[in-house]
Amino acid sequence: MLDTKTAPQEPALRIHNLHKSFGNKHVHRGVSFDLKQGEILGLFGGSGTGKSVVLRSIIGLESPDEGEIIFDNMNLAELTEKELFEVRTKISYVFQNGALFDSLTVEENLAYPLKAHAHLTKVEISEKVNHMLELIDMKGSNKLLPNELSGGMQKRAGLARAIILEPKIVLFDEPTAGLDPVNTERLLNNILSFKRRGMTGIFVTHDIPAAFKICDRIAILHEGKINLILTPEEMKNSENPLVRSFTTGAHIR
Amino acid sequence: MNLQKISHDLGIEETLGRAIHFAGGFTRLTWKSIEELFTLPFPTRLVFEQLYSIGVQSFVLVLITGLATGSVMALQFGQGLARFGGTLYVPKLTSLAILREMGPVFVSLLVAGRIGSGMASEIASMKVTQQIDAIRALGTSPIQKIVIPRLIACLIALPLLTLMGDYVGLIGAMLIAKFELNIDIEFFVTKTFETLTLTDLVTGLAKTAVFAFFIAIASCWKGLNTEGGTEGVGRTTTWVVVTSSIFIMIADFFLTKLFFLTVYPKY
Repeated sequence: MLDTKTAPQEPALRIHNLHKSFGNKHVHRGVSFDLKQGEILGLFGGSGTGKSVVLRSIIGLESPDEGEIIFDNMNLAELTEKELFEVRTKISYVFQNGALFDSLTVEENLAYPLKAHAHLTKVEISEKVNHMLELIDMKGSNKLLPNELSGGMQKRAGLARAIILEPKIVLFDEPTAGLDPVNTERLLNNILSFKRRGMTGIFVTHDIPAAFKICDRIAILHEGKINLILTPEEMKNSENPLVRSFTTGAHIR
Repeated sequence: MNLQKISHDLGIEETLGRAIHFAGGFTRLTWKSIEELFTLPFPTRLVFEQLYSIGVQSFVLVLITGLATGSVMALQFGQGLARFGGTLYVPKLTSLAILREMGPVFVSLLVAGRIGSGMASEIASMKVTQQIDAIRALGTSPIQKIVIPRLIACLIALPLLTLMGDYVGLIGAMLIAKFELNIDIEFFVTKTFETLTLTDLVTGLAKTAVFAFFIAIASCWKGLNTEGGTEGVGRTTTWVVVTSSIFIMIADFFLTKLFFLTVYPKY
């Protein structure tokens, strides 16, 4: 998953001066940050601050009004939907609820991106799907439909589907939201194991302990801009009122 | 100034705005669908799945409706014409009405109700649960995966269902003619074949192709643009059935008028 062609110091993704409005609501007023190779960057912010919109803009599900999203020497903000198809095999998105296709089995869901983009035989696809299911502790769930899975399993299957093409960057949209502690732990361990294999990602969350566990740095989105970028350690020790509002909130919870 | 206020109070501006939004969206989706129709790989499996869902699963419904419509028409024409001693015209009138109007319109209304609402609610549910976003995020096109299979299946299934509806409608009319109006089956068949031309059949089927196109694109467009969670899904379903039904009735009038001006024989 690690891009060996890019120089190590070059960011995997660069967001510069992103602006986005929905009607009269200005969600982004110049969001800028770099995502380093091999890191997982946490993205914090209050509800409605546009954290998910950052992720959706990166993958082209939303079009920014202004700004640049530089990936592989391309400005993703300028690409057409057709041109984005190729990009979406390199940057993937893990949806909050998994967003599995409910008419397809787990196996078919995982095979979907492989059938669309990888030139593999049926046997190779099946092997890859089984391997992925093993990695996320869901061996034997091949023939189950999404509605037969628990919330945690749906999210893990969604994660597996997102990374089965071995993308360079994975965008996580509140993956632990609504999960019990056991399932949260299991999902985070899955993400950590993929991180150890070199996965780069952005992790949008409200879950402070989860972010501290897997993020290398944490960015805080406030009033339409990235206000601060800190390491989890710096964040724990910070006296900044904005940072404290998140960490204290976590302690109360 | 007053006119503006009246138009605002009556919600005319809002309705007009929505109509323009729909017309724009409909045209855009049509154009994109035509564009992507020729993009490989062609979604053959998905087309067959939709054909099964739209065609095969509507079979019994069309069978019952066709039979009932043909029977009722024969009965009504028979009773009405009997007052003027015109019972023998029942085969001519009934068969023409079935092939030109009742078959295409009733089958299309049924499909709009059953399939249009089903398609719209399915797509709308996919939209609100982010499955449409997932299709895009996985580097594939919702138009190719969702719209094109439904459009092609509708364009194939609706004329075939209409053909079947016409056929059972004529059988229903023939049975009523025999048992209620004392019209001999042989006479009914002879007069039907004397009256009907290939033009009647083809124009009827052409109407269903237009209706099928509208039902498929309108259902997909509304489904793909659904907002507002499960409540939005409900609103989408209702909108599709109402809009498609209105379109079928209005378009039927204009198509009939067009066919009278062009291909139907002048009496």
